[in-house]
Amino acid sequence: MLDTDAFDLRKYVANNTQTTAVWFALVGLIIFGLLRYDNFGSAYNITSFLNYNAMFIAISLGMCFVIMTGGIDLSVGSVAAFTSVIAAYLSPYGIEVALPGAVLAGVGFGAINGFCIIAMRIPPFIATLVTMLAAKGGALIISGAETIGVDWGSNFTKLGMEKAFGLLPWSITIVAALALVLWLVLEKTSLGRTVLAVGGGEDASTLMGLKVNRAKAFSYMLSGGCAGLAGVILASGFGAGQPLEGIGWELSAIAAVVVGGTLLTGGLGSIPATVAGALLLGLVFNILNFENGRGTISLSAYWQMVIRGGFLFAVILFQTRVTSSRPKVG
Amino acid sequence: MQSVASQPHAAQPLVAMHGIEKAFSGVPALQSAALDVAAGEVHALIGQNGAGKSTLIKILTGVYSRDAGDIRFAGAASHLTSPREAQDSGIATIYQELNLVPLRSVTENIVMGYEPKRLSVFIDWREAHIRAREILSRFGIDIDVKAPLGSYSTAIQQLVAIARAVSLKARLVIMDEPTSSLDAQEVAVLFGVVRSLKEAGVAVLYVSHFLDELFEICDRVTTMRDGQTVSVRSIAQTSKLELIADMLGRNVDDIKAAGMTDFGGGTAKTGDVLLQADGVSTGNRLRNLTLTVHSGEIVGLGGLLGSGRTEAARALFGVDTLTGGDITFKGSPSAPANPAAAITQGIGYLTEDRKAEGIIPDMSVRENLTLALLPTLTINGQIDRKRERQIVAHYIDALDIKAADMDQPIRELSGGNQQKVLLARWLATEPELLILDEPTRGVDVGAKLEIQSIIRYFVDKGFGVILISSEFEELVEGADRIVVLQDGYCVSELHNPGITENTLVKAIAQHHQQNEGAA
Amino acid sequence: MSAPTATSTTASKPVRSSALNWKAIRAHGGIIALIVLVAFNAAVTPNFLQMQTLFVNISQVATIAIVAMGMTLVIATGGIDLSVGAVMALAGALAPLLFLSPWGIEYPALGLVLAFSLPLVAAALCGLFNGMMVSILNVQPIIATLILFISGRGIAQVLTNGNLQTFKNPGFSYLGTGKILGLPFQGWLALVLAIVIYWIVTRTIFGRYLLATGGNEKAARLSGGPVRSVKIGAYVICAFLSGIAGMIVVAINSASDAARNGNLMELDAIAAAVVGGALLQGGRAPIFGAILGAVIIQLVKYTLLANGVEDEVALVAKAGIILLAVYVQQVRKE
Repeated sequence: MLDTDAFDLRKYVANNTQTTAVWFALVGLIIFGLLRYDNFGSAYNITSFLNYNAMFIAISLGMCFVIMTGGIDLSVGSVAAFTSVIAAYLSPYGIEVALPGAVLAGVGFGAINGFCIIAMRIPPFIATLVTMLAAKGGALIISGAETIGVDWGSNFTKLGMEKAFGLLPWSITIVAALALVLWLVLEKTSLGRTVLAVGGGEDASTLMGLKVNRAKAFSYMLSGGCAGLAGVILASGFGAGQPLEGIGWELSAIAAVVVGGTLLTGGLGSIPATVAGALLLGLVFNILNFENGRGTISLSAYWQMVIRGGFLFAVILFQTRVTSSRPKVG
Repeated sequence: MQSVASQPHAAQPLVAMHGIEKAFSGVPALQSAALDVAAGEVHALIGQNGAGKSTLIKILTGVYSRDAGDIRFAGAASHLTSPREAQDSGIATIYQELNLVPLRSVTENIVMGYEPKRLSVFIDWREAHIRAREILSRFGIDIDVKAPLGSYSTAIQQLVAIARAVSLKARLVIMDEPTSSLDAQEVAVLFGVVRSLKEAGVAVLYVSHFLDELFEICDRVTTMRDGQTVSVRSIAQTSKLELIADMLGRNVDDIKAAGMTDFGGGTAKTGDVLLQADGVSTGNRLRNLTLTVHSGEIVGLGGLLGSGRTEAARALFGVDTLTGGDITFKGSPSAPANPAAAITQGIGYLTEDRKAEGIIPDMSVRENLTLALLPTLTINGQIDRKRERQIVAHYIDALDIKAADMDQPIRELSGGNQQKVLLARWLATEPELLILDEPTRGVDVGAKLEIQSIIRYFVDKGFGVILISSEFEELVEGADRIVVLQDGYCVSELHNPGITENTLVKAIAQHHQQNEGAA
Repeated sequence: MSAPTATSTTASKPVRSSALNWKAIRAHGGIIALIVLVAFNAAVTPNFLQMQTLFVNISQVATIAIVAMGMTLVIATGGIDLSVGAVMALAGALAPLLFLSPWGIEYPALGLVLAFSLPLVAAALCGLFNGMMVSILNVQPIIATLILFISGRGIAQVLTNGNLQTFKNPGFSYLGTGKILGLPFQGWLALVLAIVIYWIVTRTIFGRYLLATGGNEKAARLSGGPVRSVKIGAYVICAFLSGIAGMIVVAINSASDAARNGNLMELDAIAAAVVGGALLQGGRAPIFGAILGAVIIQLVKYTLLANGVEDEVALVAKAGIILLAVYVQQVRKE
């Protein structure tokens, strides 16, 4: 039994061309876009593209950690909506207050998830589904079900506009730095390796004496924090806290993570590939927008949800094809 | 208990457990259990399934807490509450499969939790790889430590687990059935490692079902039965028979006189060919199986674990897809596409792992018993409940299944009775060929004898049985013929009467030797 | 009889009775919760003990209960279906599209027949998709059904272009507003469906295999159980029932709103199933438990709303109920 698993694994790792495939697809789509659309390579398109997708990259990063532990976080969308409202309320005090405040609120939801999953032993999807509900309700309560305009007088909205070091907007810079840090954490620290070990075998990790609960708690709190950051970027980018936003975000994040070659069952994953996955998904929408603009196709906003689902479906098909040479067991 | 008192005592025990008590929801698992292991000693812990070995070990390593009793480790009272604490205090456990992460690299599996760091934060992978390679080289293993652990054989994985233990400066290494999935050559490597641990002054607590191994590697042996320690013997001054008698709670002379099983010897009146397998392979460790089963015959499949016995059963029953070969059943070619098809043809398959592949714990005895029979119990999709109850009542009576009533959940039955329900599940389908994979594993002696006589009765009615068993006694006394498998090939065939445990062991060992010679 | 067997049989008895006690407590727990809710409302909520209140609640409970029964079957296989709400939206959007189409207006009778049948076919297809993802591609149920959870509603909105479709069609509206013996039609429908599904679970080979699959999939397969088909069947039935529920909602409102129809229904359904005694690990399918669960969920909602608690707070309260129910289950297991 063990040996057949080992056989599959070798094959899987050998076949782990998926990560490479993501990068190729990304580069391919960029070249396609550059050749087909005039404004594709314009500074405006690049900035707005990155600005919009910074949110999705952020939640994908958190989701990546959670999935690597073998869990799932369905609450990211609602938490982002909740924290966008918090950020909007805090915006008069400036970004220095609003950003940490909103991120902290996100971490709080992550802590609730972690508590339910670790201490109460609630299955992750139930726990995070419940948090999703609570965050949604909470967002509606504190906002009175209205969008909350931000204070344009403070430096809050500069997050998405003002450029850090004259290069890219702050929002993108922060997310890029976050990705870099998380990459380091995953590859170079005990915490990161424990996250992977937990996903690869929770019982085994416990018996090895690893701090399993700490790794899980960290992952869920990180995911909440990332959703918080996404909420800040959302509020700052759109000039308002959006209590009704975030529907389907968890799907985008899961899709990005899976595209990046992370196993849905945990234990294997990569931060750069997750970023690539999120960018790839964003690029698909970007190109669809251009096509819409050229009039070749006409897609309503509702198609977005359909396409997100279709994208995840395609990725899962791809991943199962790569890994499915497994002989049936039982 | 006498033998406990008269044990050859070691000077200063490394581990001293005395009067250990443990109950799970009121059911006692350990009652005044004791264990002494000296430093630098290889100490065996044996006992039947359910004797309390693993509970005792889990208490020693802090996985469970004890209800009563003293534990002293290296002279000091020990109150471990987690595996981590056990590790830190110098106790490492090599479980059968659980304690490594196959997806992660060999290095990670060795250094995890104790990684070499730079700036006390960042893992120094270069140093980690070097350390892993160095430790493995002590065991004479040279592999790519960056590759995922799961890409190596079970033997290597086990040695990596031991390497981890050694790297953590363990003073006691507990090995739980370490050889159950190793071949002879790998076992030899493992024994070499155990000996070098011993030379280094590390104590090894060795849990195994394979008694022969104990005589090769261990110094002393503690035997447990029904949650109690029943004897501690020096291996040099004991015999296999004595150990078996201790485990079973029987008298040595009784065993000599009666034999170990209740098959009543091979009195076969074999009939026509029932099943014929030619060159069957599944790519799943079954390479070339050629096998004939006549009606009225028990054909034993011998061989070590991993020799392809279970895989053979799975192929014949349509669980694994064939990649080659032909199967003929009752004269017509038929390779079942799935278990349902096999059942329709008249084949039954009692699986090896009762818990994982046999019982449906929350379902009643009745529902478990009729599960394979359902299609014939059904009229237009609706289950004939009256007939169902009749059939179940019949089998409960015939096999003497001890249950409060047929609607009692099967999980509440004892192992032996669960096994009888599963046997009834297959008998009820009235198969012509019954494949039995370790039919008496983990059941108590009484149930074991009953199950064996049921099998004999079934065969005497003119049906065929393929019997897979790791217990040589069961094969030798039960089977009319034994086909010996190795690496998924049939390597020899023995005929009863005339098979003894010795001839069987020889047949298995011989081909291993030949193989080594050829390689 | 040798010693170990004797100890284990005697030992098993107290375990059995304590399990029964737990079962009793849990079963009564549901009933007690129900009684407390009713008593509380009778005392506090104005106009609670009136027929009108009963009607409102029955018509709400019916949809939750119908979906929860399907969810119970899926959970019994050890799975979960997050897409029920989206399937409701899809089926609900399709029905008016059919009888409002020029063709449906020209042949009203046929249009009505198609409006009842085609959405259910579409719903069943969604279930087929979910089931195949889970049983053939071996995708975890959460992920597999997440796809339709998002895109199913998207498809419904694409079909209706995001518009609210209002209509006047007494034939179709009967599904939501009709009455038999003075009680809402959908209440009767839920009851009939419950009896049928209860029969399927307890008396048919499909039901037995369903529970076996959830109880121990490997064992079920090795005993000849058609595990894959059974799982697909559970998802198809669940989606089919969701389709019915989606059409009931549309019929009640005489309008179809793809954005809101069945929104968050997956949570209500999971909560009802779990409160009703379904085990998330699978192997158990208490159909009438699901109805009890649905009644409790609806009563909590009603109690909060009728006493002036905001909708949003009710959401949070619901989250708490689910957590509590699953936690109780979890504790019982250990």
